[in-house]
Amino acid sequence: MTTAPVAVQPIPRGTLAGRVGRRALDWVPALVVLVLVFLIWQESIAVFHIKKFLAPQPTAIASTFWTNRHELISAGWFTFQEALGGFAIGCGLALVVALVLARWRGVGRALMPYMIAANAIPIIAFAPIMNAWFDPFSKGSKMAIAAVLCFFPVLVNTLRGLTSVRPQSIELMRSYAAGELETFRRVRIPTALPFIFTSLKIATVLAMIGAIVGEYFGGAFTALGVLIDSRSTTFQFKEAWAGIGVACAYGIAFYLALALLERLTLRGVPSTDD
Amino acid sequence: MSVVEIKDVGKTFEGGTTALEGIELAIGEREFVSLIGPSGCGKSTLLRIVGDLIRPTAGTVRVNGKPAPQARADRDYGIVFQDAVLYDWRTVARNISLPLELARWNRRRRTGRVQEMLRLVELGGFESHYPWQLSGGMQQRVSIARALSFDPALLLMDEPFGALDEMTRERMNLELLRIWEASGSTIVFVTHSIAEAVFLSTRVVVMSPRPGRISDVIEIDLQQPRTAATREEPRFFELVTRVREALHLGSDLDRKLAAPAAEAQP
Ligand SMILES: Nc1ncnc2c1ncn2[C@@H]1O[C@H](COP(=O)(O)OP(=O)(O)OP(=O)(O)O)[C@@H](O)[C@H]1O
Ligand SMILES: [Mg+2]
Repeated sequence: MTTAPVAVQPIPRGTLAGRVGRRALDWVPALVVLVLVFLIWQESIAVFHIKKFLAPQPTAIASTFWTNRHELISAGWFTFQEALGGFAIGCGLALVVALVLARWRGVGRALMPYMIAANAIPIIAFAPIMNAWFDPFSKGSKMAIAAVLCFFPVLVNTLRGLTSVRPQSIELMRSYAAGELETFRRVRIPTALPFIFTSLKIATVLAMIGAIVGEYFGGAFTALGVLIDSRSTTFQFKEAWAGIGVACAYGIAFYLALALLERLTLRGVPSTDD
Repeated sequence: MSVVEIKDVGKTFEGGTTALEGIELAIGEREFVSLIGPSGCGKSTLLRIVGDLIRPTAGTVRVNGKPAPQARADRDYGIVFQDAVLYDWRTVARNISLPLELARWNRRRRTGRVQEMLRLVELGGFESHYPWQLSGGMQQRVSIARALSFDPALLLMDEPFGALDEMTRERMNLELLRIWEASGSTIVFVTHSIAEAVFLSTRVVVMSPRPGRISDVIEIDLQQPRTAATREEPRFFELVTRVREALHLGSDLDRKLAAPAAEAQP
């Protein structure tokens, strides 16, 4: 007794070049908006006679950036290293704590209120304290601030991911006589990965903000936050804006690196964002 | 020797719901036993107790002559749920090989067995697809292949075709019978469909609710192997009627409706 084979064809996947081309096309509207914003910005400053030192024209900022590019890029690199260090510490700790809390729910119930309270501390209040605890001119104090900012969103999202497994998936593992460790490795962690990546992407931005805000309360002269702060207090707004631009560029690059890592890791999972 | 031996099993949940009471059932090698009964009568609960996914509050269950927890540790059964419960991040082949990985089979053996299973459920060529690229019926076949991949003596199935349309369901029924014959396993199958139960089974166990009990056991003496023509035999209709009557006798509502008439008799 045989039945007719099902007439379902494998899904055509398209060529790599085709997919890259389609991706590039997706970016066109965003680029148009960017160009328009810069044009309007540039022109309205001339048309409405806005004081140039308050809101410099994009072209002026660009040329300032170009003349100061070595200083700006190396200052940005310094700050980025702080952000990266803080990101690694904060996210690493959050992942470990999330695993512990998912495994031993009782610990979670005991600790969660305090972690929520800690998350409510405003970073502006926290930054000077970290500068006092650690050497304000070292990278360590900024890493501490960035780490604190990264910790909570990664913890919460990872924990949700680890515990949002369908009960039947767990029962299935039980039916295979799989232990707790195997269940984590093969079901809970893969289920949590999309959640984890979402929170890591948020954390990249938070880490940059943490490092720069920390530098506002004192830091090495080679740091980007210190540079932006000192230029704006001395009315060198073109330089300050160029510094902000560099901070954004590092932040975006950091974010995109994580987004790329996510794509490579979650190749098989249907993505919800396209 | 019985593959499954259920002795005086009862289950009362923490909230106080008595889902099962006094269940006695022995299932022999190569049997195909269907559990049928109204919603909430404890079919899934009974299946999960046999699989040691939950513990009974009374009685004992033995699988392959061993206590149920030991049988689970020895991977003596495979289970299939109403939803395929495939892992989205694994391809079809890697879903089927998951139990084999957990049983520490080496890669060569795993690949060989996965190919064999794909042929068995007629999904050759789909090994590198992801579950979301398959239709519901195909997903369920992957789930069956996975449950059979490590060659368990017993296959537990909880409404595996409940979510499929009638046409697909009938085709899957035939495929399941073919797989049952080819694999030589014993099957315990939960369903809501009387026709499905009669068509597939060697025995149909009828359950009644509140508390869940076995109200009747009906031998299905239709000729093997069953074919599409089996559904048109007079004996098939007789047995369907027989199971339907047993179901109605077991249900509360029918008991109440029948009661006044019974009292009226002298
Ligand atoms: N985890 C649980 N906790 C408390 N009560 C439960 C639990 N699981 C099931 N029950 C109860 O046990 C009874 C039997 O449930 P079960 O799921 O076994 O029924 P079923 O026959 O499979 O029903 P259906 O045909 O709808 O799937 C129901 O009354 C249900 O409410
Ligand atoms: Mg059920």
